[in-house]
Amino acid sequence: MYGYAGKILRVDLSAGKISHEPLTEELVDNYIGGRGFGAYYVYNEVPPGADPCGPDNRLVIASGPFAGVFLPSGAKTSISAKSPATGLYGDSNVGGHLAGELKYAGIDAIIVEGRTPVPSYLFIDDDRVEIRSATHLWGKGAIKTEEVLKEELGDEFQIATIGPAGENRVVFACINHDFGRQAGRCGMGAVMGSKNLKAIAVRGTQGVPVADMDGLKSVATVMFRELMQDPGLKIWQDLGLAQVTTWANSIAALPTRNFRENFYEDVNGLSGELMKETIVVGDKACFACPMATGKLCKASFRGKTVLVEGPEYETTALIGSNCALRSIEEVAFANYVCDELGLDTISAGNVVAFVMECFEKGIITKEDTGGIEAKFGSLDAFCDLAHLIARREGIGNILADGVAGASKAWGEESSRIAIHVKGLEWSGYESRGAPSMMLAYMTCDIGAHHNRAWSVTHDIAVGRDIIKGKAAKVVEFQHVRPLFDCFGVCRLQWVELGLPLEHYAKLYPVVTGMDDSWEDLLVKSERIWNLTRAFAVREREDFGRADDWPPARFYEEPVPDGPLAGFRITEDDLNTLLDEYYEARGWDENGRPKAETLIRLGLENVASELYKMGRIS
Amino acid sequence: MGIDIDVARCTGCKLCQIVCAIANFGENNPKKAGIRIVSRLFTEARYDIVVCDQCGECIDACPSDAISMASGVVTIDPELCTNCGVCIGACPNGALFTHAEVDHPIKCILCGECERLCPRGILGPLAASDQREVAD
Repeated sequence: MYGYAGKILRVDLSAGKISHEPLTEELVDNYIGGRGFGAYYVYNEVPPGADPCGPDNRLVIASGPFAGVFLPSGAKTSISAKSPATGLYGDSNVGGHLAGELKYAGIDAIIVEGRTPVPSYLFIDDDRVEIRSATHLWGKGAIKTEEVLKEELGDEFQIATIGPAGENRVVFACINHDFGRQAGRCGMGAVMGSKNLKAIAVRGTQGVPVADMDGLKSVATVMFRELMQDPGLKIWQDLGLAQVTTWANSIAALPTRNFRENFYEDVNGLSGELMKETIVVGDKACFACPMATGKLCKASFRGKTVLVEGPEYETTALIGSNCALRSIEEVAFANYVCDELGLDTISAGNVVAFVMECFEKGIITKEDTGGIEAKFGSLDAFCDLAHLIARREGIGNILADGVAGASKAWGEESSRIAIHVKGLEWSGYESRGAPSMMLAYMTCDIGAHHNRAWSVTHDIAVGRDIIKGKAAKVVEFQHVRPLFDCFGVCRLQWVELGLPLEHYAKLYPVVTGMDDSWEDLLVKSERIWNLTRAFAVREREDFGRADDWPPARFYEEPVPDGPLAGFRITEDDLNTLLDEYYEARGWDENGRPKAETLIRLGLENVASELYKMGRIS
Repeated sequence: MGIDIDVARCTGCKLCQIVCAIANFGENNPKKAGIRIVSRLFTEARYDIVVCDQCGECIDACPSDAISMASGVVTIDPELCTNCGVCIGACPNGALFTHAEVDHPIKCILCGECERLCPRGILGPLAASDQREVAD
């Protein structure tokens, strides 16, 4: 098998058992890699009803065929599990250098199951695999843990860690890697922490065989040349994703004050240009990536100066404008606090903004916050709340369950402004004025995340008040974009610099030796999409349309100010979007895949299982 | 004189390592490269680039006379090399690397492949040709 290492590493932490399983052609042919492997193992191995933070959950850390190979940014590792945030299938991907290192160590994926009796880390040095004590690391920050392990083991080890938030099972705890890269979403850090697994350290020396080396060199060289000659490359190298902030504001999509607004009057204090002028000290790239969007920054607050990678756009949007912070240095400091504690910055920004609005509205008081003056714009409040959340202390114990959990505790008025879908907090695009983007958030399989379909530019192109006909575009994106997560390659080079998809279609056969067309690969992506949906349908008898519904704020409140002031989207609009979407997917009116759809995609066993349970017709 | 490097601008992408391994071993395996990118992120917010500067100190250290210099490039003759490792200890830059599948130390031979694709253009230019002639 070309493009793959050929083995799956299975680690049963309860039994202390380590084994290697052959990677099967059937798995590769049906699910490609990365997120596809995650979906396969989570569906087939996590029993319905399993506690996401219990030993039965699986943590699947999967590389893909393009990872670690000579091509632009084959740098992505997908991490999948049943999510403690949503109770459904969850995954999150991380760049850096882990994906390739796994393959150099001879494994395509790690499946972690069970729970160790004592804090441990997983040590992988080619074929030597050990579960080692991590008692000296438990309680330490995520970045500090990586630093200590790098000192102990050497820089050639690639390391993934969790912070105190993961140890304490905060449902939006992330997994940290390569100083400042995170698998942020869906609480994968909490799953890792629930297994008492503090870190994974891996080093390998083996090569990745490809089917046609000359063909690979030829396609990859063209891709690198096109990227490096692109006049747009320089701004990405200069500003990274921080350049998106002022653009998102100009199109009225920048989450502001808990998504109440989508236009931030103080955006200039958060701009990428200001960031470069004032706090950036270096650039940082993932494996084989010319864009180098990682920005190393120095930030000071409360007499402490820290070094942090970031903030990139999402962090700036959710912690910056959404909590109404006024300077990019404040955002960078908050970013550091989250990274070290092991909190996803997207969800953390949502949670703190939610607290701030509830505080403003009087839904909660200083009695609830333990004396914290939780006002919009307060970095002090952000930092204090983040520490309480990571340790589940005081109000932090409620907030550690995300905005969905907290709004259950604080009642109906707070539910209207708890910005999430399926329990996952909303990422960086306020979408009242972008119906296809709204639909993308509503239907994303992991909850309110933009990565599956980033279609806000489609709304701008065809009309921001247009509803009909937009579902098809969302479905199209939801098949193309996740393919990158299956390949183990970054999609920014395509999305932002316009590297043609044809290049990726050509890469697949030269790397793997398989003759799938791009259309064949899209069918596989659709299969994976339906499998993660099937997981939800199997998991909950009442799962359906209501789970694809956005928070009431978005259809009850028109946009209050900015370029789109007065703009609104109605419940009828949302229903039209969903009706068209379900139709396009071959799902019923309640959003459940029809048996014929599952069968068309080769998921006969899944169709049969759900049919017997009475979940589909 | 080896590769001229502007180390401060290295982003740590390691494209040079995989390009080197493909050029010299025909493999997707950055562990067979004659160049290493080392992270100094946690303390200094930068990367080190470790690569041979063709100083030639290993030549005298080699007990098998397997290392020589021609046109300013220091090379190891795999036929003569016993993989004893003395040169690795003698290298002032730590720029000779080992790999279990390769029976001699791996080093930069100034083939120029890495500088062709370095996204920052910081690897290169190679040593000027007149200097190579002087070394002859």
